[in-house]
Amino acid sequence: MHSVVCIKQVPDSAQIRVHPVTNTIMRQGVPAIINPYDLFALEQALRLKDRFGGTVTVVTMGPPQAEVALRKALSFGADEAILVSDRAFAGADTLATSCALASTIRQIRKNMPVDIVFTGKQTIDGDTAQVGPGIARRLDLQLLTYVSRILEVDHGARQIRVERRAEGGVQVLRTALPCLITMLEGTNEMRFGTMADMFRAARAELKVWDRLAAGIEDPSLVGLKGSPTVVGKVFAPKPRALRAEMIETATQEPKDLAVTLLAKLFTQHPRIERELARRAV
Amino acid sequence: MIEPAKKPARRKVELDPRFASYKGVWVFIENERGAVHPVSWELLGEGRKLADVLGVELAGVVMGPPGEATRGFCAEAFHHGADFCYLVQDEVLRDYRNEPYTKGLTDLVNACQPEILLLGATTLGRDLAGSVATTLATGLTADCTELAIDPESRCLAATRPTFGGSLLCTIMTQRHRPQMATVRPRVMAMPDRDSSRSGRIVEHPLGMVESSIVTKVLEYLPDNRQDQPQLVYADIIVAGGRGLKKPENFHRVWDLARVLGAEVGASRPVVQAGWVELDRQVGQSGKTVRPKLYIAAGISGAVQHRVGMQDSDVIIAINNDPNAPIFDFAHYGIVGNAMQILPALTEAFRAHLAQARKVG
Repeated sequence: MHSVVCIKQVPDSAQIRVHPVTNTIMRQGVPAIINPYDLFALEQALRLKDRFGGTVTVVTMGPPQAEVALRKALSFGADEAILVSDRAFAGADTLATSCALASTIRQIRKNMPVDIVFTGKQTIDGDTAQVGPGIARRLDLQLLTYVSRILEVDHGARQIRVERRAEGGVQVLRTALPCLITMLEGTNEMRFGTMADMFRAARAELKVWDRLAAGIEDPSLVGLKGSPTVVGKVFAPKPRALRAEMIETATQEPKDLAVTLLAKLFTQHPRIERELARRAV
Repeated sequence: MIEPAKKPARRKVELDPRFASYKGVWVFIENERGAVHPVSWELLGEGRKLADVLGVELAGVVMGPPGEATRGFCAEAFHHGADFCYLVQDEVLRDYRNEPYTKGLTDLVNACQPEILLLGATTLGRDLAGSVATTLATGLTADCTELAIDPESRCLAATRPTFGGSLLCTIMTQRHRPQMATVRPRVMAMPDRDSSRSGRIVEHPLGMVESSIVTKVLEYLPDNRQDQPQLVYADIIVAGGRGLKKPENFHRVWDLARVLGAEVGASRPVVQAGWVELDRQVGQSGKTVRPKLYIAAGISGAVQHRVGMQDSDVIIAINNDPNAPIFDFAHYGIVGNAMQILPALTEAFRAHLAQARKVG
């Protein structure tokens, strides 16, 4: 069983702050983490390895600093790590990213066939959920998004059965290997790495692949050049024309404030009063 | 995956001449198990505006199993603003599967050449949009909060939150067609239904047989809806945030919600801290809502939360910081400690509504 897990190093978005005056991102001191959604994919790949043996290869595209994310993945128990890094990849949108990652996986499977490619359901910084489907399409893999459970892997028959989250329910699907799975969040919990894995991760020589090593001959397919979407202005949302009507009373007592608010609300929005009266118990 | 900071402010790029003939706005009419997802009607409302600005037609794309139900979705699309519909009916389209739907939509785009293609940012829409955009090698912008036509280039200007939802950015696909975008449920307003509207139906074959499709649907287990928060289409929502200080204080949000018959929502920090389940998160990385009344207690109103609830009819904000951004877009504000204001509000609503019901 050979799984390739695509991960991304992202800024911990809970800690991003915007400068109140200039509206620019204050990046200083924001820690970089493995995209939390990717951990569910990695843990699932490790569980398959526990059961069937084999290899887990982690791949990330990013700047040289992204090696920290790969070492972390190795410390959880991944076997191999490849950093795909080249200035030519800078400014990639999701189409260009899936191009670089798909080409990388083609190179990987020249040495060892790949059974399952795993990704998280989306990243916390881009939130697009587009790269997984993009890689599947480029490698002509069956695509299983939002997988909540792997029910069965029949390695001999090259088949897999999974549960997939759909809009109003769960689909039970059967498909052929190789396939690409995007794991749903909350479906497992990342293990603690063993001492041995932590030492191995700290000392490991990471493979760093540039554009050509990743098998991309044409530089216009990746990075900014390979991105059909163009990001224009970045801006803070405009305030509403009118600021909130502030409720104030002489006492500023919670009870008075509440009563004053209700009186205003129901006078100005009788529809809401009717709606509430209709439903309240 | 989009990293705007690394890109130059704007590149002036001409449309590739291959795409000069691409015309019209399309909306994918998402239907599963005999029902259309309401986000499709919301998108038709928005697509209508874009088509009118461009002076082109608005089409719905209906794919599904053969039968009156599927055909009926076309009529419903006309009532919600479509000029005409493409209809692809095939037994293999009975359940959603990536492969046949990707082929069907991709073939249709190549044959009929729209300039804009919109899909709902649902599990189905995101699965399909990512695959179709990659096959067509065109630009796709996810989770847009605003769509407009750039007057200069006539390109689709798709605005979405960026940097973890702290700012907004406008994205355009200048050289490629179609320009694709997904929009989450409830981000756009539901258009008025006009049952006098009708339109023409253009049928297209899928050209696929079941034996050629690798993935099989063995079973479908519908959700028990009563078990799950129905936040997205709720009319009244009470939401709590970090201002409540401790998880044990969150029951004050539930208390008020119970009196109002409301759903409970939460901001990202308290969901991440594990106070409240993920299904109740409101914001860019959670659900988008537009209830008639939204009460935000102890929520500062960061962009990431704001884009998920700013279109609520009436927003009441309670926050102890008079400079909290939420007061810039709420309708009513109370500066104060949410822990004290919430119980007072609960009591005031209880008393008032008991009175109103007696009178009514």
